[in-house]
Amino acid sequence: MIENAFRGSGKYWALVGFWALVIAAGLAAYGVQLREGLTVTGMSRDVSWGLYISQFTFLVGVAASAVMVVLPYYLHDHRVFGRTVILGEFLAVSAVLMCMLFVFVDMGQPARVVNVLLYPTLNSVMFWDMMVLSGYLLINLVIGFVSLESERRGVPPPRWARPVIYLSIPWAVSIHTVTAFLYSGLEARPFWMTAILAPRFLASAFASGPSLLIILIMIVRRFSRFDPGREAIRTLGVIVTYAMCTNVFFVLVELFTTLYSGIPHHLHHFEYLFVGLEGRGALAPWMWVSQGLAAAAVALLLFPGVRRRENVLAAVCAAVIAAIWIEKGMGLVITGFIPSTLGRITEYAPTLPEVMVTLGVYGVGFLALTVLYKMVIGVRERAAA
Amino acid sequence: MGETRRGFLKKAGYAALGLGCGLPLFGAAALGERRARPRTPAKQLGLVIDVRKCMDGRVARAAIEACHSEHNVPFISDPLEEVKWVWTEPFERAFPDQAHGRAPEFLRENPVLVLCNHCSDPPCVRVCPTKATWKRRSDGVVMMDMHRCIGCRYCMAACPYGARSFNWRDPRAHLTDVRAEYPTRTAGVVEKCTFCDERLREGREPACVEAVRCVPGADGAMTFGDVSDPESEASRLLRAKFTICRRVELGTGPNVFYIV
Repeated sequence: MIENAFRGSGKYWALVGFWALVIAAGLAAYGVQLREGLTVTGMSRDVSWGLYISQFTFLVGVAASAVMVVLPYYLHDHRVFGRTVILGEFLAVSAVLMCMLFVFVDMGQPARVVNVLLYPTLNSVMFWDMMVLSGYLLINLVIGFVSLESERRGVPPPRWARPVIYLSIPWAVSIHTVTAFLYSGLEARPFWMTAILAPRFLASAFASGPSLLIILIMIVRRFSRFDPGREAIRTLGVIVTYAMCTNVFFVLVELFTTLYSGIPHHLHHFEYLFVGLEGRGALAPWMWVSQGLAAAAVALLLFPGVRRRENVLAAVCAAVIAAIWIEKGMGLVITGFIPSTLGRITEYAPTLPEVMVTLGVYGVGFLALTVLYKMVIGVRERAAA
Repeated sequence: MGETRRGFLKKAGYAALGLGCGLPLFGAAALGERRARPRTPAKQLGLVIDVRKCMDGRVARAAIEACHSEHNVPFISDPLEEVKWVWTEPFERAFPDQAHGRAPEFLRENPVLVLCNHCSDPPCVRVCPTKATWKRRSDGVVMMDMHRCIGCRYCMAACPYGARSFNWRDPRAHLTDVRAEYPTRTAGVVEKCTFCDERLREGREPACVEAVRCVPGADGAMTFGDVSDPESEASRLLRAKFTICRRVELGTGPNVFYIV
């Protein structure tokens, strides 16, 4: 099974080589960050989390979304996902890997990371987040490898795998809920302190993750002899539609509460996000692009005829991913710090080293994804032959 | 072999499930604990600051200078990366809920000395994943271990007072005179005021309080003491004067009080 990762066409090795180059560039930038400190980033005492933590937040959603193929297949015996489910699980593996790396590169003293385990602190949500994320990584690795190995040998998965698979369903929900609790339990940050944050995170996750999965399936189908089937893509399209509509609804609910009550501490963050405050609003154009893409995506997704045209669906999925990447990544994390707790407006923009480190982490994730998917394709192509 | 492996995984699965299900229970327990915990420990050191006596810039300067030189706090000119343990903020920034739009301008812009509030229920302690910051039971000081801090900056997101500074760069490059008695820091850790725990150990007052005492005309600008002891001078002052605290509505229980 693993041998499939070491045998491949020139195209496969070219892709692996490309990710290796991206990772090398990221490592070089991370070296600079280690030497100079986090001063090389755009973060400051007012905006103390930036691109890294925002990518972490977005990717936890991608990881959690595997449940959208696992649940219908294993709980409802929805056979359409039979050949898709492992792609979802391995996407979760690479997404969690990136999440952990993003938290790691954000640390001021990365060498001390084991302190989290040496001095376990039950009252810290960050401790729990680390626990649920590593658990989720382990669960998906085990499920993915065990089911692929059984498939290769042409036997049904071992019986003990089932409870682990069932466990992965609430666990997927837990990773994104705990990640939302990281933010929503802080009395100092009214922008995050809202009970709808966890539901919003889940809705946006279940829209963006399956969108990414649709695009990945289309790529796999194009470059290999393994086809997970049109029906799987169609069903995923329905899931994206429901999740995206729910997400837009949750955002509107949040906006109503804030705008109608008009409490300044809450309102100022939204003003900064959408129109700018005191003449500064670097995020506003991004946010309008995000909202425009979200509105267009919902308008198109609502028509089944549009979803059936795969080229259009791919474009809509890309729009959903972009909309949520902006809204949940930069929009949500950065705006929590603007204005600061003392009412100051300090803006944030990532620097070049910060962007390079970020791309490097994405490189690691996509390298892992490439290798894992190569293994799946190897097994499936052999079965088809 | 198969049987033992199966048995093991089964147990591991139950353990993990227990962990997952335990989370909400734990949350409820934490909530209960938070309410049941006495608001103040056996002793709670606090500070009473007379805002009017600090209007003269010399008082604030004396306090900041004494603190920052005693603790090797680096001077970084870039306001985005500065490290500060005690500093001044305009009244309306320190007390956003007290300075309404019709308050006189001089009051709204009047500089107020601010520092860590050594909260009775500190959010920074609640969120820290390594117990690098903790509430000391013996005197209620919110302590900071700069050698354990991993630099995740969760405490900075949680503190409503902006009292925590991160070392974005090597602080040693920004020190002119290094005081050998107090440790310098590395880049990548968070630091803050600890009410001069190194002085408290010797029964001395915090450096800022001592420095302000020497400023002529600043008598009573800063009063330090055990606010849980009704006989302390700080407590007597709190009983006699009307004082306010920063962002009391958040429930953090600040222990720095302001006479306005």
